[in-house]
Amino acid sequence: MSHDIERPTDITVPATSLWAKMPLFAGVAGVAGTGFTVAMMFGEHKERAFFSYLFAFALVLSIVLGALAFVLIQHATRAGWSAVVRRVAETVMATVPLFALLFLPIALLGFHDLYPWSHETDKFLEAKRWWLGGDMGNGSGSKFYFRAVIFFGIWTLLSQLLYRWSLQQDTLGDNKEARNAITRKLWVLSAGGIFLYALSQSFAAVDWLMSLQPHWYSTMYGVYFFAGSMIGFYAFLALVCMSLQKHGMMAKAITAEHYHDIGKFSFGHTIFWAYIAFCQFMLIWYANIPEETEYYMMRMEGGWNRISLILPLVNFFIPFFVLLSRHAKRNRTVLMVASIYLLFVHALDLYWAVMPNVGAHGEEPATAAEGARQIGEAVAVHGPHFSIALVDVTALVGIGGLFLAAFAFLLARNKVICIGDPRLDESLRHENY
Amino acid sequence: MASTNAPKTWGVLAQYENTKILYNACERVRDAGYSRWDACTPFAVHGLDKAMGLRASTLPWYVLLIGIGGSLFGLWFEMWSMGYDYPIIVQGKPLNSLPAFVPVWYEMTVLSSCLTVFFGNWVLNRLPQYYHPAFKSKAFDRVTDDKFFILIEAADSRFDLVKTKAMLKDTGASHIEELED
Repeated sequence: MSHDIERPTDITVPATSLWAKMPLFAGVAGVAGTGFTVAMMFGEHKERAFFSYLFAFALVLSIVLGALAFVLIQHATRAGWSAVVRRVAETVMATVPLFALLFLPIALLGFHDLYPWSHETDKFLEAKRWWLGGDMGNGSGSKFYFRAVIFFGIWTLLSQLLYRWSLQQDTLGDNKEARNAITRKLWVLSAGGIFLYALSQSFAAVDWLMSLQPHWYSTMYGVYFFAGSMIGFYAFLALVCMSLQKHGMMAKAITAEHYHDIGKFSFGHTIFWAYIAFCQFMLIWYANIPEETEYYMMRMEGGWNRISLILPLVNFFIPFFVLLSRHAKRNRTVLMVASIYLLFVHALDLYWAVMPNVGAHGEEPATAAEGARQIGEAVAVHGPHFSIALVDVTALVGIGGLFLAAFAFLLARNKVICIGDPRLDESLRHENY
Repeated sequence: MASTNAPKTWGVLAQYENTKILYNACERVRDAGYSRWDACTPFAVHGLDKAMGLRASTLPWYVLLIGIGGSLFGLWFEMWSMGYDYPIIVQGKPLNSLPAFVPVWYEMTVLSSCLTVFFGNWVLNRLPQYYHPAFKSKAFDRVTDDKFFILIEAADSRFDLVKTKAMLKDTGASHIEELED
């Protein structure tokens, strides 16, 4: 029953492989894409550039935050199966400080154009001022900035501690006690860290995405973003693992068993996303209150209605039936295609969440009734229109490229597997029954 | 005169002391080509199905079929009852409004799938079974405690009382016993 475990030796990025050159390639694409997009923010179509940038930022950050959640959960539950793929996830989450930097264009340049509450007001918005901040007149975003500092502070602290302690384990060799002590430390940090993560991730989604339509609110929004981010992360993890194996790393360490588990999580979070997305929709649809239905009304206009109608199909029914079978999850080709597909539909989901708000700013309503009337008018007169712009692509290439460069840079500097993890043997031996 | 009530040999029971010996014994029995036999353990032994050469269960297919069936039935029933048989306007929505039907539709899918898993498991395992010849064995009592067993039925075409017992002895059984029906 117990096979002899062969500890992997192919645990560094080969100097000639694609992954060793990735920081350069992706970095050039990233700087070019981000540079172009930021330059557009000073041009005629600056509003569009801000929204494209926010979409790309939210999409790539969702994968990074998904990785952070994954690592926290693996430590908190003392999971054994995931030790072989955890370093990849740790490297993804370790790029969080980069996103604090990438947030600056949103905070400093785009704040006014992105968030209507920064310069509009009515009774609804006044009632939300205590949280949102951004008083009329001085246009101050101090509370918004302050919260962003807290979010990035929490994510940076958690991700850097988890990453450094894990790297420290690599160097300890046969010192079993010291390695176990670090695993215990990671466990304790993660148990508390999950609470900090859940709250900060949820409020960040409310701040940066939900407040694009400040009248609208959904208590489910943070969870909605989380569900999508996990789909994106697991798809990314599967693809990176396959690519690393193809380029001569962890050839024997990662087996169909690990891909099976990653596939199960992709499958599970697809269902979770559908559950959350539908719960959010159904309650709003049923209650039919104007400030709540605004969100879906905007997405039933000007081409977005088609996206709204196919989302349940492409984000739930198709991946559900593709990944339902055990054989599909264990088949590398099927899982690869499914992962690329899931990344694409996750991007579509966030695109659908962010982009209809382009050009949806209205005038200052004098009263609540006036405000409600204008919401209806804004939809009818300045209705959102679905069209893909070049700047969407450049923003995605830019932020995605910078992220990939940082990821590959960190990956090449350290071992690609948690070689010092006490649970590595269990993970190498892992089998699904 | 041979009585028709005379006990007939049902098969052979072999007791093992740990999972490792049991695992190897199962591989031997599997490779010897036996088909009507089983292994009994106090807890689930991972990988034993492989050692026994068991095929994957057919249960998932029943669950898929009946799950889809229950799902379609649930949706049809809602649309028929709410939209046709006893139409009521609720909340000013159309009679057949899909979003309102989804929770029950979803629950019907889950319910029919779960019931199929639960009862399908019983049917495929031939449960409930009130009597089994192994219950007469004193040694077999410890199957719920700390011993591991292999049962080979006499109905197996390869069964030969002497040879089968010898083979089981050879696999490291600590105790071998004939079972009567």
